[in-house]
Amino acid sequence: MTDIINSIGIILYATLVYMTPLLYASLGSCFSEVSGVVNIGIEGMMTAGAFTGTVVAYFTGNPWIGFLCGGLAGAFFGMLHATATVKLGADQTIAGTAINMLGPGIVIMIAKVLFNSTDTPALKQGVQTIPKLFSGLFDTTTVFGRFMDNVFATYASTYLVFIAAIVVWFIFYKTRFGLRLRACGEHPQACETLGINVIAMRFACVCISGFLAGLGGACVTMTISTQFRPISIVGQGFIAIAAVIFGKFRPQGALLGCLLFGFCSGLKVVLGGSSGFNMQLISMIPYVVTVIVLILFVGKSHVPSANGKPYIKSK
Amino acid sequence: MKTKKGLMDFLSENTFIHILFSIILGFVVGAAFLAVMGLSVGAAYGKLIDSVTSLKGFSYVVVYSVPYIVTGLSVAFSFKTGVFNIGAEGQFVVGSMAAAVVSILLPDLPKPVLIPLCFLTAMAAGALWGSIVAMLKVKWGINEVLSMIMFNWIAFYLSNFIAGIPAIHNTGSAEATKNISENASLKLSKEFIKSAGLATTANWGILVAIAVMLIVWFIIEKTTLGYELKAVGSNRYAAEYGGINVGGSILTALAISGALGGLAGALQLMGMGQRISIFSSQEGFGFAGIVVALIGCSNPFGVFIAGLFYGALIYGGSKLNLVGAPTQLISVIVGTVVFFIAISVIFRYLKYLKKTPKAPAAGSGKEAAKK
Repeated sequence: MTDIINSIGIILYATLVYMTPLLYASLGSCFSEVSGVVNIGIEGMMTAGAFTGTVVAYFTGNPWIGFLCGGLAGAFFGMLHATATVKLGADQTIAGTAINMLGPGIVIMIAKVLFNSTDTPALKQGVQTIPKLFSGLFDTTTVFGRFMDNVFATYASTYLVFIAAIVVWFIFYKTRFGLRLRACGEHPQACETLGINVIAMRFACVCISGFLAGLGGACVTMTISTQFRPISIVGQGFIAIAAVIFGKFRPQGALLGCLLFGFCSGLKVVLGGSSGFNMQLISMIPYVVTVIVLILFVGKSHVPSANGKPYIKSK
Repeated sequence: MKTKKGLMDFLSENTFIHILFSIILGFVVGAAFLAVMGLSVGAAYGKLIDSVTSLKGFSYVVVYSVPYIVTGLSVAFSFKTGVFNIGAEGQFVVGSMAAAVVSILLPDLPKPVLIPLCFLTAMAAGALWGSIVAMLKVKWGINEVLSMIMFNWIAFYLSNFIAGIPAIHNTGSAEATKNISENASLKLSKEFIKSAGLATTANWGILVAIAVMLIVWFIIEKTTLGYELKAVGSNRYAAEYGGINVGGSILTALAISGALGGLAGALQLMGMGQRISIFSSQEGFGFAGIVVALIGCSNPFGVFIAGLFYGALIYGGSKLNLVGAPTQLISVIVGTVVFFIAISVIFRYLKYLKKTPKAPAAGSGKEAAKK
């Protein structure tokens, strides 16, 4: 019984830790996709954020400045994507592919110049990394206390992302900006008729999506691992997009999707520790589960009607 | 209103010029990065050119290009049908693993039997990988970009899993499969390589790539199938109205595209790799295929040239360390090229800004990934 409670605690801990970067990126992806711009460049934006966050935290010694700069680096690539796709009507998938090459290419080049290595030095745990909240609050000598410690004594960025999810939900469904944002993804021509500046809306949304993706990237290298390496971001951006499609392009749905992926990663951590399970097959679980879930439950999710279509203003 | 043709018209109307222009911009941006980092642009680009122009260097370029050309053809084929095959990565991986398994388990088959057998199993595995995604799209309406990304990762871990099976795994210390049978290798003989002064990994995979290029061109341009696929790609609804089975076309296109992706994997394995390592990250041959298809305008001959170009960049890039420039320069150059290719309407846009500021900016980007 004790073992089971311990295991559940560890799974929940890992779920929360692994879902955090995904959820930041997913919320970002929601902004972009719902406003009508396909953004598969999330992966590249996360890499930029991960590198920038780590480097800034390393040099300033302040994790929060690093975290913020990670977001800004993501926003910079978001701006590039927005300039190409929104302002210049570029093909969104191809521009995203370009971002995915440019992001890692540029940051690894900078890493080579700064550190003469493709990796950054490790951050000082607890000083330069994002702090854990409520650690030491629970009595870890008891089973219950250990469980609570596992689940609640987690990184501040995790608490922050849940707040961010609520804020994004509020923006989407309770504000005028959100209504306009959703309308831009459904029928941009109608929006323009009503005096909404579609180009500006979409531009802003893609930049926001880059910012959030950058924060997500920074979470990876400033919590789970403490240094940036070229393999820090391997597919998290794409999984975040999957979570959004899974969640039918809604922030609350994306939250569920990220929980699912995080849970699979958590399962991997716990099962991987015990022998008898093949790590490679366990690693496959999140991807297989996504496909199965899509077949069984989601079906044809409603894609914003104007998603992927460049909007060309006519007069 | 008749106006004299200016530079902007020239750029916006001629795809070849447009791509050439994007490539030049890529190198300009690369040079800017080098300059900002305080590195010598001349030394880096000089090294890049030096390393690919000698006979030995060029033979390396050819060897490096083979998988890029074939994945490029795979992606180009799917582009023609309006599907964006971002799954070439996974098809490549399952293809190379299928070929590895066959050649490791049946090492004693004679060369003329084993090599075609490896090719066929690789193509079958790739086709299967492509068809599953197509089925998900056609039957359940699942977004193909998403499921391809999932299947890329499933292929990745599946390959790692198979590489760890005792019958396949290397008995030595290397985290890889056993070497493939000599009878499955496409390598030229050691004596010939030495006497001709070629790359040590020289192989005749390029001939297969040329054959594939011709076959793809033939299917697209000269067969009913190719016509139907193109019709679906240019206007799905019109094609359906014209009596073409759209779902079936997507299935066929992705199966063929997948088969090509799988073949590319086999060529890389049997030509260069000779064994498959346990991956720590995706190797990116499939993603490179997207770039190659874009630079080659999805035209089989264009893709061939683009594949050689990409191979030259990758091989030349691997030598950049010798002059103190980072290899990642190549990603920056290629990323910039793709970025400008994506903005295919930028020149039209600039033209309007310049000439008729109040006229509507007509035209829209290509839509590769239609939902």
